[in-house]
Amino acid sequence: MSAIPSTALEIAAAVRSGELSAREVLDGHLARIDAQDGEINAFNLVMIDEARAAAAAVDAQVAAGEDPGPLAGVPLALKDNLCTRGIPTTCSSRILEGWRPPYDATVVQRVNAAGAISIGKTNLDEFAMGSSTENSAFGPTRNPRDTSRVPGGSSGGSAAAVAAGFAPLSLGSDTGGSIRQPAALCGVVGVKPTYGMVSRYGLIAFASSLDQIGPFSTTVADSALLLETIAGYDGRDSTSIDAPVPSLLESLGQGVDGLRVGLVTELMGEGIAPDVAARVRQAADALTAAGAQVGEVSVPAAAYGLSAYYLIAPAEASSNLARYDGVRYGMRVDAPTTAEMNAATRTAGFGDEVKRRIMLGTYALSAGYYDAYYGKALKVRTLIVRDFEKAYADFDLLLTPTSPTTAFKFGDKTADPLSMYLNDICTIPTNLAGHPAMSVPFGGGSDGMPVGVQLLAPALGESTMFRAAAVLEAAAPALDEVWS
Amino acid sequence: MSARLTRDNVAKVADLARLNLSEAELERYTEQLGAVLDHAEDVASLDLDGVPPTAHPLPLVNVLRDDVVVEGVDREEVLSQAPSVEDRRFRVPAILGEEP
Repeated sequence: MSAIPSTALEIAAAVRSGELSAREVLDGHLARIDAQDGEINAFNLVMIDEARAAAAAVDAQVAAGEDPGPLAGVPLALKDNLCTRGIPTTCSSRILEGWRPPYDATVVQRVNAAGAISIGKTNLDEFAMGSSTENSAFGPTRNPRDTSRVPGGSSGGSAAAVAAGFAPLSLGSDTGGSIRQPAALCGVVGVKPTYGMVSRYGLIAFASSLDQIGPFSTTVADSALLLETIAGYDGRDSTSIDAPVPSLLESLGQGVDGLRVGLVTELMGEGIAPDVAARVRQAADALTAAGAQVGEVSVPAAAYGLSAYYLIAPAEASSNLARYDGVRYGMRVDAPTTAEMNAATRTAGFGDEVKRRIMLGTYALSAGYYDAYYGKALKVRTLIVRDFEKAYADFDLLLTPTSPTTAFKFGDKTADPLSMYLNDICTIPTNLAGHPAMSVPFGGGSDGMPVGVQLLAPALGESTMFRAAAVLEAAAPALDEVWS
Repeated sequence: MSARLTRDNVAKVADLARLNLSEAELERYTEQLGAVLDHAEDVASLDLDGVPPTAHPLPLVNVLRDDVVVEGVDREEVLSQAPSVEDRRFRVPAILGEEP
């Protein structure tokens, strides 16, 4: 048996050529999960039987001279808010425990059709609400680089699964940074595509105008490969963009010569740890050295993103989560009347943070407060869109930290929700604008934990974004290189 | 905006959201949600007069498609996941206040 390569591109090439079987690849990854996931807790469910059947099907295709597709035999982990037909999908919430969806999410169909092996469902902050994966009803995920620290969130399980080598690829969802922040904290690549580029059909809704599905991987090229696979129009999501999918893999070697990159002033000062800011400046220097023109740019409204987001996202969530009423799926706590049953079910089924967000959103939308909170937040959203438009008149890409700090310790921020929310200051503005952004690992902080730098692009600017990401990846200092 | 959120505001909101909260939870949420709303006061310094709202990142109005018949999800599969079913329908306790 040959050694199993670490990247999806290499695994798919080896499986397609018959050099490696999908079964060998799968067994290697299952062994690693078996040995280490007891401690990491990246998975809510490992789909052993389904994965073995899928691997056997891929191997049969290769044996028959057929091409299983660009992800042939590549193990892939799915965030547990992506619907998988007949396979439990929980959102890490008691209220959905045991529920088996009657359909697959579009992204699940697409990765399976491309030959990927769906290997399991990953842990998250309940209903994707959180920045540390500590809000899961099934216990926290631990950061594979240091298990005393959080992996970030909400897609902490998907980030940790890739960082721990449980799967070379995973999918997450990003509403305010839930792909990029855990990618940064775990030292892997994570991408939030343009809103509408990837179908949300089968993604259990948190905040529908902000949610977007995207890839995690250890390399920039693997994220390009996975994003090309899942992107594209889907009639089952009416917000899906009907535009050609860009050739991201082809763009990777194009470099950044002549590209204009703006370092966002508002996201480099107060609230950003000095060691993180230093890595971002080092990344800017690397882009300059590769021929980019780097300058500072002000995006004033970005500073108000957090306030707008923590009214808009809970408002949408309070509406989306009204469907968990104990009637059609999930748990029910019996009570004499339907209204009492609804309340008893929701009280027992939702965790603390989900209740907090539902109440915040209900309050922001309630009579007498709508204009003061939700209405005002929507206007701030307009200002953010406008300020980005101005910035992109002068720059092709923007550069910021992904997260204000490296991975923090368990319990550090759980007592004070606002301190947890402040983790999202750098990632939120792009969700409000609907733009793409990605986190690329760029060395370590003073504590030796990974730092992620964030690239932002205008809508559908993924090709340019990936060009710069490839340059940063090549220039990134090693994680153990002494911080100076 | 927020003349500081009160316990009664939170109790009212919990009722609207169909959540039963203990007295201790009401107190804790009042403090925590108040802190988030206070932070949101920073937008008060912005001039928002005449700024139109943005509810969605895409300029979508009505998205239409051809009315093509496709297979939906399987009814039995859906019902198999419900907490209570009778005559191929979802079953719920009494509504409209009648005795159970």
